[in-house]
Amino acid sequence: MHNLAKSFITISAVALVGGCATQSKTASVDIPKLGKPISEQTVSLWNIDVRTKDGLGLPGGSGTVAQGKVVYEKQCASCHGPDAKGGPVYGTMVGGIGSMTKNPRVLTPGSMYPYAAILFDYTRRAMPMNAPQSMTNDEVYAVTAYIYNLNGLVPADAVVDSKYLAAMKMPNRDGFITDTRPDVKAERCMSNCKPINTKL
Amino acid sequence: MNNADKLKQSQTVVKAASKELSANSSISHNPKRRALLGRTLAYAGAASAAGLGAGNALAQSLPIPESNRTMGRTIPPEDYGMPSKYEGKVKRRRTDVFVNRQNFSDWSMTPLAQQLGTVTPNGLIFERHHNGIPDINPDHHKFVIHGLVHQPLEFSMSDLMKYPSVSKFHFMECSGNGLTDWLKPSSKTVQQTHGLLSAAQWTGVPVSTLLDEAGLLKEAKWGLAEGADGSAHARSIPIQKLLDDALLVYASNGEMLRPENGYPLRLFIPGWEGNVSVKWIRRIKLGDEPWHIRSETARYTDPMPDGKWRQFSMEMEAKSVVTSPSGGMNIRPGIVEIQGFAWSGNGKVRTVDVTLDGGRTWREARVEEPVLDKSLTRFRYEFKWDGSPMSIASRVVDSTGYVQPTVDDITKVRAIVGFVQHNNAIQPWAVSSSGEVTNAQFG
Repeated sequence: MHNLAKSFITISAVALVGGCATQSKTASVDIPKLGKPISEQTVSLWNIDVRTKDGLGLPGGSGTVAQGKVVYEKQCASCHGPDAKGGPVYGTMVGGIGSMTKNPRVLTPGSMYPYAAILFDYTRRAMPMNAPQSMTNDEVYAVTAYIYNLNGLVPADAVVDSKYLAAMKMPNRDGFITDTRPDVKAERCMSNCKPINTKL
Repeated sequence: MNNADKLKQSQTVVKAASKELSANSSISHNPKRRALLGRTLAYAGAASAAGLGAGNALAQSLPIPESNRTMGRTIPPEDYGMPSKYEGKVKRRRTDVFVNRQNFSDWSMTPLAQQLGTVTPNGLIFERHHNGIPDINPDHHKFVIHGLVHQPLEFSMSDLMKYPSVSKFHFMECSGNGLTDWLKPSSKTVQQTHGLLSAAQWTGVPVSTLLDEAGLLKEAKWGLAEGADGSAHARSIPIQKLLDDALLVYASNGEMLRPENGYPLRLFIPGWEGNVSVKWIRRIKLGDEPWHIRSETARYTDPMPDGKWRQFSMEMEAKSVVTSPSGGMNIRPGIVEIQGFAWSGNGKVRTVDVTLDGGRTWREARVEEPVLDKSLTRFRYEFKWDGSPMSIASRVVDSTGYVQPTVDDITKVRAIVGFVQHNNAIQPWAVSSSGEVTNAQFG
């Protein structure tokens, strides 16, 4: 379909310029260029992503654990519960470090995230759920500090900023592998096969 | 004819109608069957009424349908056609197994047993949102390419719709499809077990066209796609895939996307887990490495037996499921036609086999054309059921030679703990001697 559409357009373009005998195989002559050139400044308010491995993209600003507790109680506690231990809507955000070989694994920012800046990136882009992207960078740093403090990963007197998050070594840093599939090699057995796990 | 005779005649018609219905329909979905029976009985009633009026109708004659004898409803000046009121049960449904305590980050599922072709009607394409469905005016929507490019670019919707478009048939499946049914048969119907699966003809602009226009720097190896919704949902995608077959899509099945499916613009990544096809897309930023954000570390990753997590498991591996007969239906002895869907994120469907004895023996099903790359493909298999209990299932082999595994095969190499993605296991349905079909996925 793609190639068909392209060749149709190529043929039309060739016809327009007066029956040139060789049909261009490149798309460049056929396709309009309608993008409006912009600068990175134009997109600065959208440019909220953080490369969490090294903190590239973390903004200026900072926050303390104590400030974070205030932010948390105002913005987060109604869903996530007091002290981030779980509330009416979501489960705990504290604990679980060392649970990755257990069942269930307890998944929290402390136990699961390989890089500390993930919590900043996610909170800034998506939280609080009823007013995302409404908090200041200082507030996001502060609430990040508070959650990591509850997980025992940040001391109570810490001032958390971009350098601090980039330097933190998370417990699950080495907990990830990239896709190894196909990891299952089933056979196309047709008779005398091992039954599927059913009660029959 | 006296009144008693007339009554007797009308009862005969009713009986004949019921008998005919049971003869013609060896498979029925309970609620639907009841509705159909109700309609047949209503026609029978109409027949007897017609007979009374004409005075000479034969008991064996089909009645003249009421619709032949009246004007239809008027043609409105303008309209958007909706399904028949008799199809009111065909709806997307949220899972009844895993109940979220909010209505914004959740999912609803496609009624696969009622999907009769290889595309899903737009109003039934499954949903997965991370913070509800945004309301975006296409006149105001902007799409931006920036980061490691020669020239950052901004596009309006009207700009994008002026580019040469392509239309492709592809399935889309959520990586979480089947997550409630790894180890026990929690879901009752195929909508609940497999309904995070849909297919459509997707229309849009190849991402490569726009990346070419912006000019990729040689360091650009990954793109971060980000949505304009309340979760700003984002995923890192390797540049090879963006250049290969990724589309910026504005239409499905011939019309602009529905709001819940990304209106006015979404990414579409053929064959890969649904959440990388970022809806309501506002930008692609080019970088030299993946971002490792929450949705590719703490979410959408697969637990492994050694305590680790596998990430960037993008391709949806080959899978198939019998949609009829399936959980919640009833069958009766006689010829039964098995129907279902097969698909692969790595290519085309090569063969589909079915088993009637819980996987001990398999026979090849008929695969229905068209068989397209990374698309839903239908299969059929007829057999005569003698009324003995049985367990039926399907198994696909795709064009790479990959054979759909059982849960047992998968649990040997992965950990099934908690909220586990990428369940492409064979789905068994049990049929009791009374014809009742139930989920038999006892992993």
